[in-house]
Amino acid sequence: MTTPQVPTAPDGTGSPATRVLGIVALAAMALLVYLAFVATPRDATQGDLVRLLYLHPGLAWTAYLACGIATAASIQHLRKRTIGSDLLAHSSVEIGAVMTALTLVTGSVWGRPTWGVWWVWDARLTSTAVLLLLLLGYLALHRIDAPPEVRSRRSAVVGLLLVPNVILVHQSVQWWRTLHQEPTLARRDFDFGASDLMMFTMIYGFVALSLVFSWLLVQRFRVGWLEHQVEEAWLDEAITERRAEALGAEVER
Amino acid sequence: MFRDARLIAAKDLRIELRSKVTAGQVLPFALLLLVLFAFGLDPDGPTLAAATPGLFWVGVLFVTVLAVERTFSIEGGDGVRDALRLAGLEPGGIFLGKWFALAVQLAVVELVMLGGVVLLYDRELHGIGLLLASSLAATCGIAAAGTLYGVLAAGLRVRETLLPFLLLPVLAPVLIAATRAFESALDGVPSDGWPWFNLLAVFALVYIGIGILTFGSLLEES
Repeated sequence: MTTPQVPTAPDGTGSPATRVLGIVALAAMALLVYLAFVATPRDATQGDLVRLLYLHPGLAWTAYLACGIATAASIQHLRKRTIGSDLLAHSSVEIGAVMTALTLVTGSVWGRPTWGVWWVWDARLTSTAVLLLLLLGYLALHRIDAPPEVRSRRSAVVGLLLVPNVILVHQSVQWWRTLHQEPTLARRDFDFGASDLMMFTMIYGFVALSLVFSWLLVQRFRVGWLEHQVEEAWLDEAITERRAEALGAEVER
Repeated sequence: MFRDARLIAAKDLRIELRSKVTAGQVLPFALLLLVLFAFGLDPDGPTLAAATPGLFWVGVLFVTVLAVERTFSIEGGDGVRDALRLAGLEPGGIFLGKWFALAVQLAVVELVMLGGVVLLYDRELHGIGLLLASSLAATCGIAAAGTLYGVLAAGLRVRETLLPFLLLPVLAPVLIAATRAFESALDGVPSDGWPWFNLLAVFALVYIGIGILTFGSLLEES
């Protein structure tokens, strides 16, 4: 029996470029931790709680970035039917779901001492929660028991709808809350004017988390690619085996 | 495209008229929901009256899940999906046809539920124009999203559990907008509800558009 040909199968998820990216992302996170916990002072009104806000908006940004990438990749998949675009969309949604969940958790942890409750029906919170459900829906559809191309195509339609859905949900929740009560977040938002370093740390948080996100995305994409190769190899092997069996049976006759 | 849509819609509605699954099972379920809501919330107190618009639309969403299941299970067996594809119909037309048939069935269920609200919850209907317009826009949107997500889940072993999970979060804007529009019409000032009607209309147009564009690639598979 011949071993199936697997074209250019890498033996790992790393390449020199991704290793450099990983080291840069790690260093960036270390600097963010230093800035957030050591370099910046306590906030006059929020105390140490302000340190959560160096992480939270950056997480939310990567979650939305993930949605954008997933929708773009899904459109590409529907047009060209390439495996890469499906893998990219799936990887992006998976990491986006983690980032969205972390956004909700960090927001909740911040909200409990600030507002006295874990959850408020604020427009941003609610639409982020719905976003998490949409992403989980995509992931549920992507793991169904169906032929890979059926699965990819159906997932791509859900991926294509991610951004329109996020916009529609956000708009409706925004109106819903603002027509009924004044926005609560805007009033309680704190003023960054006091310290330039705090402002810088917050913006820097976006950069550091974007780097981490890119590294995770590349890694997840390559894992997905390896999985795909294994699936293909398994199929080829099975076909070769059946063919060998059929030939053997003919020889016996 | 519209000729194909008419053919498909006529076929689906004819099947419904003969099998009476929506009329015999989905419709009684909708009324059952209204009764259950009254059991869950004190029907003599102010809670039920205040919650009526929300309960009505939550009920419609539950009914939608059943109706979408039904509309795609007719094509589930005997390779009917393949036959549809081979019949040379335009995918956009198939989408529009299934959408229209689903919307008609949902509209009938909503009308009966509205009657139930008047009789069982003792509500008078105000702002009829807004009620009808927002119901129509919401139904178009729900049916379009339902048709699109229905075909995504169709033919899978896990479709019963997957469909509500995929569809209901997407319908959240419709639930919010339709409920607010009903609140304005029934209890408030109807003119406050018209922005919500606009949102419902935009939702419907977006989903009908995306449905027509993507239905082809969903049908040509399997």
